[in-house]
Amino acid sequence: MNKSKFIERVLFLLALSSISSLVIITIFIFEEGLPLILHTGLKDFIFSTHWAPTKGFFGIGAMIVSSLLVTLGAMILGVPLGLACAIVLAEFSSLRLRRLLKPTLELLAGIPSVVYGFLGVVWLVPLIRDHLGGPGLSLLAAAVILGIMILPTVISISIDALTAVPDVYRDGSIALGATEWQTVRRVVLPAASSGIITAVILGMGRAVGETMAVIMVAGNAIKLPTSILEPVRTLTSNIALELGYAAGRHREALFATGIVLFIIIMILNFSTTLITRRR
Amino acid sequence: MSCFPEKTRPAPERQKRFSSVLGLAAPTGRLLRWGSLLLLFLGLLPGLGGCKGGGKAANHGLCIAGSTSVQPFAEKLAEVYMQEHPGARIDVQGGGSSAGIFAAQQGAADLGASSRELVAAEKSLHEIAIAWDGIAVVVHPSNPLNNLSLEQLRQLFQGKITDWRELGLPPHSIDLITREEGSGTREAFEHLVMGKTEFTPSALVQDSNGAVREIVAGDPYSLGYISAGLVDEQVKAVAIDGVLPTRENIKKQVYKLVRRFLLVSRVPPAGECRAFVNFILGPQGQHLLEKEGLVGVN
Repeated sequence: MNKSKFIERVLFLLALSSISSLVIITIFIFEEGLPLILHTGLKDFIFSTHWAPTKGFFGIGAMIVSSLLVTLGAMILGVPLGLACAIVLAEFSSLRLRRLLKPTLELLAGIPSVVYGFLGVVWLVPLIRDHLGGPGLSLLAAAVILGIMILPTVISISIDALTAVPDVYRDGSIALGATEWQTVRRVVLPAASSGIITAVILGMGRAVGETMAVIMVAGNAIKLPTSILEPVRTLTSNIALELGYAAGRHREALFATGIVLFIIIMILNFSTTLITRRR
Repeated sequence: MSCFPEKTRPAPERQKRFSSVLGLAAPTGRLLRWGSLLLLFLGLLPGLGGCKGGGKAANHGLCIAGSTSVQPFAEKLAEVYMQEHPGARIDVQGGGSSAGIFAAQQGAADLGASSRELVAAEKSLHEIAIAWDGIAVVVHPSNPLNNLSLEQLRQLFQGKITDWRELGLPPHSIDLITREEGSGTREAFEHLVMGKTEFTPSALVQDSNGAVREIVAGDPYSLGYISAGLVDEQVKAVAIDGVLPTRENIKKQVYKLVRRFLLVSRVPPAGECRAFVNFILGPQGQHLLEKEGLVGVN
């Protein structure tokens, strides 16, 4: 066997090993979590909002709703901002401005989430408490922080999608007498739509999975929120908050929470793949 | 190495593989090796955590596991003890009071640390009280509240009192803060205040004494509970049934929210274990605990 064939095999095995860690994690989470879902019943586990694990109540309904609400909030704040930023950078800015702004935005992605959380606690939370009421640690605080955190993801993928649109589309549109804004809105954006949707979904995945910053600013109360100023607990926060001490059924319940989270993320990733493939 | 003997295993495996890559061995054999590494990894996963094996053997040091409330103090004590007794090895691990008691029963840990009292089924263990700790109910310094009855405190955390008006103060909703499920402080608070009733799900949940104190320090309408040793000028401790959580009141147990920090063991401590326990109960260990904010037993 020649050398390049050999190296190919080695690389293949290395690649396989990284996939195998995914397989192991999946098996592990399901093995640890499924017994509890079978024990409490899927319906009670997902729809009940009564979470008192040391007393035998394992309902994560409130946390599923909270996770989705926090993510929705982050989308409402982050997507328009990110998309606007991407359009400016890809369509309306000079090369120099783009060279300056894009690395800055990528820096945003490099800031550790605990720093976002810390900023949220010392700056955003008191702001909400003093001006809007409530304890400050709230759904709104989590959504704002997450909205900022997903910006780099949304922006960089949207820019890629926009720049992938061939220039002949723009030229053709301008030649037909459309203004630049009309060109962007009617031609470029529709042409880049699948890439932009991918950006939004990946941003969602980031928002659903974020833990540290959310624990710090969301307040972590275990009930269904009735307003955006009330504290909420997301699925990820629940696992991270309680896993340190959990044993027996409680531990299984946290792994089962992980299963639900896993499935949500899988659905998001799968839909991204579907959308990009259609393109 | 007493607590994690498994951890050392993969190293020679890795070396072997590396040398075989250099030697250009047949790829089919490698597949098998990858498989075996994978199995090894799988085998390691459940083995992590806990003081399995080793802990009991002579010359392998002591293993203390249990309450996360006791853990920082036990670590401090172990650190000083090891400095003074070169050659002694003490491993301190968390896991929670119940886990620590269980580990001591099984003999997986030499000493279990608990921040709650033993229940009837656990009374066969030897218990050594090492310190008292009060749980202080704290509010913002600007809050005029000075006293709460135990009953009011219970109703607060049951969610029956939700407005400061009900406590005779200007009306504003109360931002209640509790600790996460499994925390030793929460467990003790639950035992001392809540009885069989549940915490209200509306309460904010924070995962450390420090985080609770931080929020209370910033929010004029909040109320939470923290270890009495950690009360500082940022927050104000409230008297419970007219008694403030001072060192004196905790020691005399006039203050109601007091818990003991216990070390438990299956057999009466002997040898190194005895020496460490004596160190904790001796003037130096007790002084150390007092300095860290607890109240000594001697």
